[in-house]
Amino acid sequence: MDFMNTLRIALRALARNKLRSALTMLGIIIGVGAVIATVSIGQGAEYLIQQGIESLGTNAVFIAAGSNRAGARTGFWGVRTLTVEDMEAILREVPLIRSAAPVVFTRAQVVYQNQNWRPRIEGTTPEYFQIRRWGVQAGGIFSEDEVRSAANVCVLGVTVARLLFGNQDPIGQTIRIGEIPFRVVGVLEAKGQSAMGEDQDDRLIAPYTTVQRKIAGITWIHYINASAITKDAAQAAVPQIEALLRERHRIRNPEDDDFFVSTQSDVAEMATQTERVMNLLLGSIASVSLIVGGIGIMNIMLVSVTERTREIGVRMAVGATEADVRRQFLVEAVTMSMAGGVIGIISGLVGSWAIAKFLGWPTLISATAIVIATVVAAGIGILFGIYPAWKAAQLDPIEALRYE
Amino acid sequence: MSIEAKSEHVTNTASGGNAELIRLENVHKIYQLGEVQVHALRGVSLQIGRGEFVAVMGASGSGKSTLMNILGCLDRPTRGSYFLDGTDVSQLSKVELARIRNQKIGFVFQQFNLLPRTSALENVELPTIYAGVSPAERHSRALAALERVGLADRAHHFPSQLSGGQQQRVAIARALVNRPSILLADEPTGNLDSRTSVEIMDILQHLNEEEGLTVVLVTHEHDIAQYAKRVLEFRDGRIRKDYQVSDRWVAREVLPTLPVLDELDAVELGAQDATAPGPVSPSEVW
Repeated sequence: MDFMNTLRIALRALARNKLRSALTMLGIIIGVGAVIATVSIGQGAEYLIQQGIESLGTNAVFIAAGSNRAGARTGFWGVRTLTVEDMEAILREVPLIRSAAPVVFTRAQVVYQNQNWRPRIEGTTPEYFQIRRWGVQAGGIFSEDEVRSAANVCVLGVTVARLLFGNQDPIGQTIRIGEIPFRVVGVLEAKGQSAMGEDQDDRLIAPYTTVQRKIAGITWIHYINASAITKDAAQAAVPQIEALLRERHRIRNPEDDDFFVSTQSDVAEMATQTERVMNLLLGSIASVSLIVGGIGIMNIMLVSVTERTREIGVRMAVGATEADVRRQFLVEAVTMSMAGGVIGIISGLVGSWAIAKFLGWPTLISATAIVIATVVAAGIGILFGIYPAWKAAQLDPIEALRYE
Repeated sequence: MSIEAKSEHVTNTASGGNAELIRLENVHKIYQLGEVQVHALRGVSLQIGRGEFVAVMGASGSGKSTLMNILGCLDRPTRGSYFLDGTDVSQLSKVELARIRNQKIGFVFQQFNLLPRTSALENVELPTIYAGVSPAERHSRALAALERVGLADRAHHFPSQLSGGQQQRVAIARALVNRPSILLADEPTGNLDSRTSVEIMDILQHLNEEEGLTVVLVTHEHDIAQYAKRVLEFRDGRIRKDYQVSDRWVAREVLPTLPVLDELDAVELGAQDATAPGPVSPSEVW
């Protein structure tokens, strides 16, 4: 008996019990749909993280002030020992590092006419824009000279510009940070949310000298954004920077470090790792539903074999072999699981579209996930269809014909 | 023992058949039911020629159903041989037996055994599917078979829309569709009223007389056996009597003498079948 016939018989048998077939498929539909939606959310998050990392540059090295010392753990930003001199020493003595920018940050009230806002205020040097590959959409950035002279100039993130100026052009306008007037020289390109969900455009960038002396009132810096000559150089530079800073800060035991050095790939790996674990967790919950769906199919197929004992007897009497009967029931089970799989894929796609649309989470449809879901659905049909099909084929035609 | 010897003698002189189609040689069938051995057939030898019309009679437990199962290749003898159309089928594998059933044997059952929610045409097509016949030919063969039983106009009806007699005619068409050598009918009239029974016998007689089809029929009713050419009586797993029917009835001649069921009754009968596809016990019908 050829395959098309078997398929037709299977479809007819399923159509005979539409509600039952639909309910049986539901388990697979939910399972496959959940897997597809989960994977697309996971992939979306991963994509976002990758994007963030690329925007920072894969050569990036991050040197942050902070202590992890037992008894006095202050975490990031808690120590006052990292300085611009440290950065200059790194640039001088670690040739793998091509450029670096110091960053001090704080928050302060920013006022323009009757509008005000409290953005993150960062003090840095012009290298910052280059290392972070962040250009301006209007105006320009401040100069080395303005850093040296601690000039009152600033570049606005688009969120800040929008909140303070609305549709007005901010370039050349004067705003106040606290009591101090600042001239706006540029507006940054929009960057959107970071992988961690914060608005990267909600910031104001000024020369670090100005922020240190006039706003924050400190002499140290919070971190250094550095860029190595290559991606590999970034990894190689880490121990060299650590050694140099320990020497400068007179630290003998690495446990007493008052700084953290990491590369972009470290950060990326950690973020991706977290993402993967989450995905795996969600994926395995979804797979449980697939297994439950498979058991549902097996259950219904067993019922179906019992109900159709006479039919099986008739088919055998008119010439169906055991293999024909086995194939028929197997194809029925696989048809059910595959149909469930296809509907599941569609609902998964619709679901992830809805999530992207209404929750604003990024989703990324993965062709691999669709292929895997299809294969898994077929596999479940076969796996859970084998036993009922075997049972059907084992029936004795004489008994089956006599079955009431 | 003497009876058995006599019956064998009679068997060999069976008339009405020219070439031998079926030969059983000392066939035994023993069922193992838990601890108990049931000796269903105790050495049956028998020949049936092409074109014969044989009625197998006997009380329940006499072994006639076992004989039918073996003749129909649904079961294999425990001992002895069974030659069908010259081949010894008693030692064939299950797959080979399925092939024989498909090609050489047409079954008609007491319960009709049509697939529910499947049109008459598709029911008749069923054996051709397993024969690997192309869809176009399947269709034309099934239609031709339905025509032979006078139901071409009901091809697209479902069994639930047909009366009992019509359902049995569809079943006969299904049995004929692969052009078998032999038609095995197991109590084909057991679920039908007397007039419809005779109508079915008319079809079987017609197929036997006009088309030379070999028919073996199991029944426990003498009235039905009277339409056959030859009768085998079974008791305790052995053939007790094997004789030619002397005063054979012709269904075509009997039919005009029977009262016609009025329309209403026929509809009722059909409706009963539709709601309860299970068997209607003979006592209810008679």
